Amino acid sequence: MIDFAGKSRAVEFRSLTFLNCEVHLMTKPRTLFEKVWDAHIVRQPSDEPALLYIDLHLIHEVTSPQAFDALRENGRGLRRPDKTVATVDHNVPTIDRSLPIADLVAARQIEALRRNCSQFNIRLFDIDSSQQGIVHVIGPELGLTQPGRTIVCGDSHTSTHGAFGALAFGIGTSEVEHVLATQCLLQNQPKTMLVEVIGTLPEGVSAKDLALGIIKIIGTDGGTGHVIEYAGEGVRSLSMEGRMTLCNMSIEAGARAGMIAPDEKTFSYLKGRPFAPDDTRWDIEVAHWQTLTTDREACFDRVVRVNARAIEPHVTWGTNPGMVVPVSGVVPDPNETANDADRCATQRALEYMALAPHTRIEDIKIDRVFIGSCTNGRLEDLRAAARVVKGYRIGDSVRAMVVPGSQTVKRAAESEGLDYIFREAGFEWREAGCSMCLGMNADVLAPGERCASTSNRNFEGRQGRGGRTHLVSPEMAAAAAITGHFTDVRDWHFK
Amino acid sequence: MIPFRIHTGLVAPLDRANVDTDQIIPKQFLKRIERSGFGEFLFYDWRRLPNGEVDPSFPLNQSKYNGTSILITGKNFGCGSSREHAPWALSDYGFRAIIAPSFADIFANNCLKNGLLPVVLEEQEVATIFQRARELNGYQLTVDLERRVVIDRENFLASFPINDFQRECLMAGLDDVGLTLRHDADITAYERHRGH
Ligand code: SF4
Repeated sequence: MIDFAGKSRAVEFRSLTFLNCEVHLMTKPRTLFEKVWDAHIVRQPSDEPALLYIDLHLIHEVTSPQAFDALRENGRGLRRPDKTVATVDHNVPTIDRSLPIADLVAARQIEALRRNCSQFNIRLFDIDSSQQGIVHVIGPELGLTQPGRTIVCGDSHTSTHGAFGALAFGIGTSEVEHVLATQCLLQNQPKTMLVEVIGTLPEGVSAKDLALGIIKIIGTDGGTGHVIEYAGEGVRSLSMEGRMTLCNMSIEAGARAGMIAPDEKTFSYLKGRPFAPDDTRWDIEVAHWQTLTTDREACFDRVVRVNARAIEPHVTWGTNPGMVVPVSGVVPDPNETANDADRCATQRALEYMALAPHTRIEDIKIDRVFIGSCTNGRLEDLRAAARVVKGYRIGDSVRAMVVPGSQTVKRAAESEGLDYIFREAGFEWREAGCSMCLGMNADVLAPGERCASTSNRNFEGRQGRGGRTHLVSPEMAAAAAITGHFTDVRDWHFK
Repeated sequence: MIPFRIHTGLVAPLDRANVDTDQIIPKQFLKRIERSGFGEFLFYDWRRLPNGEVDPSFPLNQSKYNGTSILITGKNFGCGSSREHAPWALSDYGFRAIIAPSFADIFANNCLKNGLLPVVLEEQEVATIFQRARELNGYQLTVDLERRVVIDRENFLASFPINDFQRECLMAGLDDVGLTLRHDADITAYERHRGH
């Protein structure tokens, strides 16, 4: 093992070759991913992609309208309406829901989804539903997300559902049409990668920091072509919410999907949820779910080890999630990068972010705070943020908002009085949706505004043209809202 | 889908790595419910200055690259969202092929479904094309899917990987859904066997 102190990388790369693996076709040890993959193959000709059966298809208003149009144009039906579930999340307003939607184009998209769902007989959690929310928050919440399932959605953060041991990945609109018409997808088998997290995260360090730490190590394209399995004590010790945050960010490392083997935490999370197996089937399903682990002798194409104790709270300084440093660090210097390409990219990012090299992260002042999204908009995230906020007021020049991931999260938070803590501190308390994660509705940054955000992408203009996004955990976002600049939450004085 | 066999066209350089889908088509333009009409918003935030005027320094705004149909760009092109609006916008603008050292998975997949060919070449080959596209006027490449090669008139020749199945689908302009529907009996058998 590497000593992880100081600046050394908290990782050890190990390449395994298949030559080391004994291949007996019938008894070949398999990874979690391979077990789920194999169980869903409808047909596998030798020189073609596999035809994979899809157990659950989630749809929303932005990536589905053209798929339904194509179905109609080609005179095709929907094979299994019972395996498709819809909600509205990407561009719904997060203010008063009793008002008509002011954005006419968004209204048109939402209307199209309604029409399509009613024409094709699809269950829709509409804007006025008590269970509406971000598609990746409501899937698990409703118990639709289950171990061993194949789950797809026209949204890249579908990787979130892998936290339950499902194989879940984002697809494009042509594939949405393909699933609607056939309940299957043509897929080339991805490679496998193990990320083993050794030890547990220190106090004040969250699953989000772990996710950013992993991306920092492997890069934003480090997972390309792979499905990542997260394992080890640092993963087992995470709550289901934390596991979802980790799997959610897999796509930011370029991975096709992230997966975590189901365990007792997974089962107790699911028990009693509306679409989870009922009592008559529960034991049978759990017995099956318990088989969904990577066999001891199974081989991965790539293995990365991370020491959880060495992970600190992270803050991104640039324009992709791999441009990240610990809160105790400084903004990097383009002249100290490894090569020309990195120097250009760093320089460009610093220009866009209006940051000078060597600036201490804790000296960066912020204008806005966004707590929400499918990465960090769950009850546990709001609890963690509220714990920091309690008894404080947000900085004078800061505008901060909390957007719960779903109406269910919102109600639960309100019943615990979290909304009161946030409002008292000066936060806006909104209705559920994607909101400022992607700024398709009215919730956007003004040009030049700097935001501490719990979302997953800090791309140029992601939260509004000219807006500057720093990705952080909910605790770190809350602390920044109070002090007006990034602040190490490990030193926080909780009231 | 328009079949893709061989295409010759003007090459435009976009010398940036990790170009994400939010840059390819900024999300304020995603609210259309049709597939067409996204081309005019391609790279919108880069093509325009903050005051809305055209930025003359952006390659696609230079007359030299008018009518381009092949884009040469940096690694990990198309990272980010799974939204197919990105390939739609590129196609709608007139691109038929994109050449880069690597592509994000979902994006590359989406391109293939829209008759837009993602061509992976070695860093060194990409660098050569960049240089020629910048320095020469009217620099053209031919992308030959049948032979899996990219060539120009200056003796440049590079081969690129693509699997047989994808190549055949593209060359025939075949629609995946139609292909899969032929296996309806297999799907039904699977459903029955699994108790779906
Ligand atoms: S919250 Fe953000 S990342 Fe998640 S589904 Fe919505 S837009 Fe996508």
